[in-house]
Amino acid sequence: MSLLEVRDLRKTFVRGHGRRRRVVNAVDGVSFEVGAGETLGLVGESGCGKSTTAGMVVRLIEPTSGQISFAGTELAGRSERSLRPLRRELQMVFQDPQSSLNPRQTVGTILSAPFQIQGVQPDGGVLPEVRRLLERVGLNPEHYNRYPHQFSGGQRQRIGIARAIALRPKLVVCDEPVSALDVSVQAQVLNLLAGLQQEYGMAYLFVAHDLAVVRHLSDRVVVMYLGRVVEQAEREELYRSPAHPYTQALMAAVPRPRVPEQRKKVLLRGDAAADGPAGGCPFRPRCPRYATELGAADQSRCTQEAPELVPLSPRQSAACHFV
Amino acid sequence: MAGLSKPMANPVAEAARTRSPGRLALERFRRDRIAVAAGVYVVLVLLASVLAPLICRVLGIDTERHIGLLSLTNLGFPDGRLGGMSWDHPLGIEPKTGRDLLALLLYGSRTSLIIAFGATLVSVALGILFGLWAGYFGGWVDTVISRSTEVLMAFPVLLFSIALLAVLGNLDRVGFLAGNSLRTAILIFVIGFFSFPYTARLMRSQVLSLRTREFVAAARVMGSSNRRILRRELLPNLTGPIIVVTSLSIPATVLAEAGLSFLGVGIAPPATSWGQLLGAASRTFVVDPAYMLFPGLSMVATVLAFNLLGDGIRDAFDPKSRS
Repeated sequence: MSLLEVRDLRKTFVRGHGRRRRVVNAVDGVSFEVGAGETLGLVGESGCGKSTTAGMVVRLIEPTSGQISFAGTELAGRSERSLRPLRRELQMVFQDPQSSLNPRQTVGTILSAPFQIQGVQPDGGVLPEVRRLLERVGLNPEHYNRYPHQFSGGQRQRIGIARAIALRPKLVVCDEPVSALDVSVQAQVLNLLAGLQQEYGMAYLFVAHDLAVVRHLSDRVVVMYLGRVVEQAEREELYRSPAHPYTQALMAAVPRPRVPEQRKKVLLRGDAAADGPAGGCPFRPRCPRYATELGAADQSRCTQEAPELVPLSPRQSAACHFV
Repeated sequence: MAGLSKPMANPVAEAARTRSPGRLALERFRRDRIAVAAGVYVVLVLLASVLAPLICRVLGIDTERHIGLLSLTNLGFPDGRLGGMSWDHPLGIEPKTGRDLLALLLYGSRTSLIIAFGATLVSVALGILFGLWAGYFGGWVDTVISRSTEVLMAFPVLLFSIALLAVLGNLDRVGFLAGNSLRTAILIFVIGFFSFPYTARLMRSQVLSLRTREFVAAARVMGSSNRRILRRELLPNLTGPIIVVTSLSIPATVLAEAGLSFLGVGIAPPATSWGQLLGAASRTFVVDPAYMLFPGLSMVATVLAFNLLGDGIRDAFDPKSRS
């Protein structure tokens, strides 16, 4: 049994009233699993629903429908009170270290909050544990009485990570943990996350918009487009032979030091319209395969029938009629 | 070469000192000379008010009637120039009763300031409570609170207060409160109640921007109760606005009390407040202008000092607001 099983998760946002009512399917039937100690990368461009999905997994966002089973317990629909004990096992690292730390609290207060809230008394007391955490994430343990504004962005993200791992959770949801950081700092923080995973055996649900970042850590990768999973594969498979045209386009956008000869140039035009086309494949308007490779008969299949995620091999599946 | 030999602040030592946001504000405040002067004046007024009995004894004055100093031929106005100023009665005496004006001012400041601080406490406490709830919970809680405060703000407050106080003023005793202390308590609650919507709106808008910050989400992911989030995460971030609102509410309340007492529905003689003195003086202004001058000056100076102090505090907490 997987640590986290997400099945047919949906989130619908409703804007406006009456005749101007618009329904946006931010997450439209997403399913995936994360095994214990495993890292699942969740990739897609802005607005594809990946952060909404992450928010629903930790129940910051209420799912419209679907199941989230964590360590054998169903999270969806549970009251906040009955979720509290489970939260010890399920933590989150946030995107913006600027806003994820309370500016009015010292680092010591921030890092002792998990123990207080969950009523956990670490061996030897909270303060030594806070220092130990600071040291473990590469900060000076004597800086526990400083305020967040006295740290750099990368250091602040280390504090956010220390807070997430304070109670040794089984799953840490990382919502774009490095996208707000300088490139030079990104690698350090990613290495820290990898080291912590080795040490404590946590699982990560790692959300990113950047395939290069995900590649470092992920065992498997889920690619999302407009609220749906378009491809899911083991890391090696995905990076060796991306099947879905959208994944291929994302791959082509990853900057590489040496450009391989056979690299196919795929340029996506426009952006993902949040409403998508009515019916058919949501990626159709931007799909290079649809535009250049398919005949009229095949194209009509794309306009009429939404592709399901089908396995191409035991290690890879994609949602495209023509893979 | 002289420039090089100047002692320079050690940047390492500077950075090593832990400075909370509140401490930084205090440092900025201390550089604002007008605000510091206003603060000193406010402290002196508070001391004079607290130590009124002592000051009166030292100066040899009291609030007893001195009928003998009043002119029998001049309809009970003080003998001598400038409202009966003399070494015994430095600011003159009250017409018709012969009470010492300085003593009345000192004791009157107690009533005025008790009402100012009491009503401010009521209004700020209610404002924080309802503002926090409205901003944090949103939805129907926000709708109910916001619409109610809007109704309160649309109220003809002055007319309503006059009517209410006229009715309540007929009460002799409520619980242990009777006479002047009852009127003081009623004034505190009426003024406090009608001014809390402004504080509530300010707090609500602050909370609206704070609650989207990720540290609130982080607290929820850790399993914080709403109560803990409101008290430990949000409230400390409101200290700046709360101090500013408090310091600007006190002078406004002094004026509100003065207005109501002037109109005869506030403090009534023989008890006294600055507003009551002004109200009484307005009836004899043409004959005895000195009687109005001193209460008026005391109030103007105090209100001005509180306002300048409040502005200074606001600038100290938000350096950007300075024009």
